[in-house]
Amino acid sequence: MKRLSTLALTAAITAIALPAAAERLVTSLSNHRVMVTSNFTGDEVVLFGAVEQDTASRPRRGGYDIVVTVVGPRETFVTYRKDRVLGIWMNVESRTFEKVPAYLAALANRPLDAIANAETLRRQQLGLENYYYPQRTGPGTSDVVRDDPFRRAFLRLKQEHGLYREENNGVTFFTPLLFRASIPLPAQVSIGNYEVDVKLFADGALIARTTSALEVYKAGFEQMVASAAQNHGVLYGLATVAMALATGWFASVLFRRD
Amino acid sequence: MQIYLPIADLPVNIFLILAMGLAVGFISGMFGIGGGFLMTPLLIFLGISPAVAVASVTGHIAASSLSGAISYWRRRAVDVPLAFMLLAGGIIGTASGVWLFTMLRSLGQLDITIGLSYVTLLGAVGGLMVLESVRAIVRARQGKPVELRRPGSHTWFHGLPFKLRFKRSRIYVSAIPVWTIGFVIGFVGAVMGIGGGFLLVPMLIYLLRVPTATVIGTSMVLTLVTMASATVMHAATNHLVDAVLALILMVGGVTGAQFGARAGQKISGERLRLLLGLLVLAVGIRFALNLVLQPADLFILRPLETGP
Repeated sequence: MKRLSTLALTAAITAIALPAAAERLVTSLSNHRVMVTSNFTGDEVVLFGAVEQDTASRPRRGGYDIVVTVVGPRETFVTYRKDRVLGIWMNVESRTFEKVPAYLAALANRPLDAIANAETLRRQQLGLENYYYPQRTGPGTSDVVRDDPFRRAFLRLKQEHGLYREENNGVTFFTPLLFRASIPLPAQVSIGNYEVDVKLFADGALIARTTSALEVYKAGFEQMVASAAQNHGVLYGLATVAMALATGWFASVLFRRD
Repeated sequence: MQIYLPIADLPVNIFLILAMGLAVGFISGMFGIGGGFLMTPLLIFLGISPAVAVASVTGHIAASSLSGAISYWRRRAVDVPLAFMLLAGGIIGTASGVWLFTMLRSLGQLDITIGLSYVTLLGAVGGLMVLESVRAIVRARQGKPVELRRPGSHTWFHGLPFKLRFKRSRIYVSAIPVWTIGFVIGFVGAVMGIGGGFLLVPMLIYLLRVPTATVIGTSMVLTLVTMASATVMHAATNHLVDAVLALILMVGGVTGAQFGARAGQKISGERLRLLLGLLVLAVGIRFALNLVLQPADLFILRPLETGP
């Protein structure tokens, strides 16, 4: 307990000390609002950033490292495991992951384990493995051990869909102080707010941090259809039926030969 | 050309969807079925969520059954009173089906129930149709008359009360089996997310002895009404009908249905039933393999469905 509070205190001091420390992080996104229209097939948002040094800066022998974590809107997912019951494969077990990111990207300029030690990565939730995925367990929620088969399957399936990604070369330094990172948004991204968290490391320690946000939203025709379906269900249904009847009738007139 | 679907929330290739609509439309026009049991699995295979696929396919089926029904109507091949009597049972069946659907979903065993019902129904119906039509074709080859309609051959339900005469189909049967068939179709359709035409056609032929001339047109009218109301119900309760997806499917579907209907008239009734039987059986076997073979991935990931 005492150790913990010492740790917290140290953390607090570090946090307060951060602005006073030598480096500051300045970032900018190429686009804060990603528009989903009828020709949307995915997009890419580019993050530009600079490390600002001041006179107090100590030279960093190991250079700087950047880890960008992009966290999408939170949704609840269920992972099912199939097993053979009476010769038939059916879902026998499931785990519910409560309010986990629908999209998660961890981008870095080199392998994470070269940037900081395992303890730091875990505490900062850097990388897909180290992120917190609360599972529903009876009354509450908690994350489980790393090699839990359901947690592993969840991460694997999310990565197969391109919605969770970890890229060791996702951040590029083009001068020692200037970097860019491209955030790939596949076509299936969820609509909502995305949080972009940029962390600056030097010699294995976190020295600066900044966050920004981007929004993925439907626009134009897509937005009109989606909101009509949501807000005027019956009318929308009747309109769809009218469209169906018109199409069917039109076809029978068009193809009439007798 | 990719187009982003506003409700399904993913981009699809517009030509692929059109081609699927055409193919399924052709089959539906040929056999007088909605084709939902083919289209829904195809859409799910493309990555569209099952709920959106089921809801949007209803609109597509409504469109292709209307265009089919009109051409049968012109040929005076629709038995309207019979369609309405079936519909009376169908509405109650749909309501009970929706109730069971909701209950199974809350129990978390909807997938397996749908899988097993597909296997059982498609296997049984397909198998019976293949057997019967092969027997009929063999009989015709041997020069014996085709005995599809045996005047005076009465089954037990011909003794039931509330007898009605359906003039166009030239049958005189009790209303009870008609309502029951309607109920079964509505119930099964709601649980399995299909129009039920592939069940209705053989039931009308084998149980009620409705002549082949009116069976397809009548089935199409019934499918039209149930699917149109299902579209409105899905849109009003689940908000999951993707109008853009439905429209692309419809355009392909109605075009395909026209050609299918023409192709269907060139084939004899027995052969048509044999083909439909084989198709139904094949889909049933596909579902059975899915259940029996070890899946490539033992884990699946689904967003938690927030029920209406």
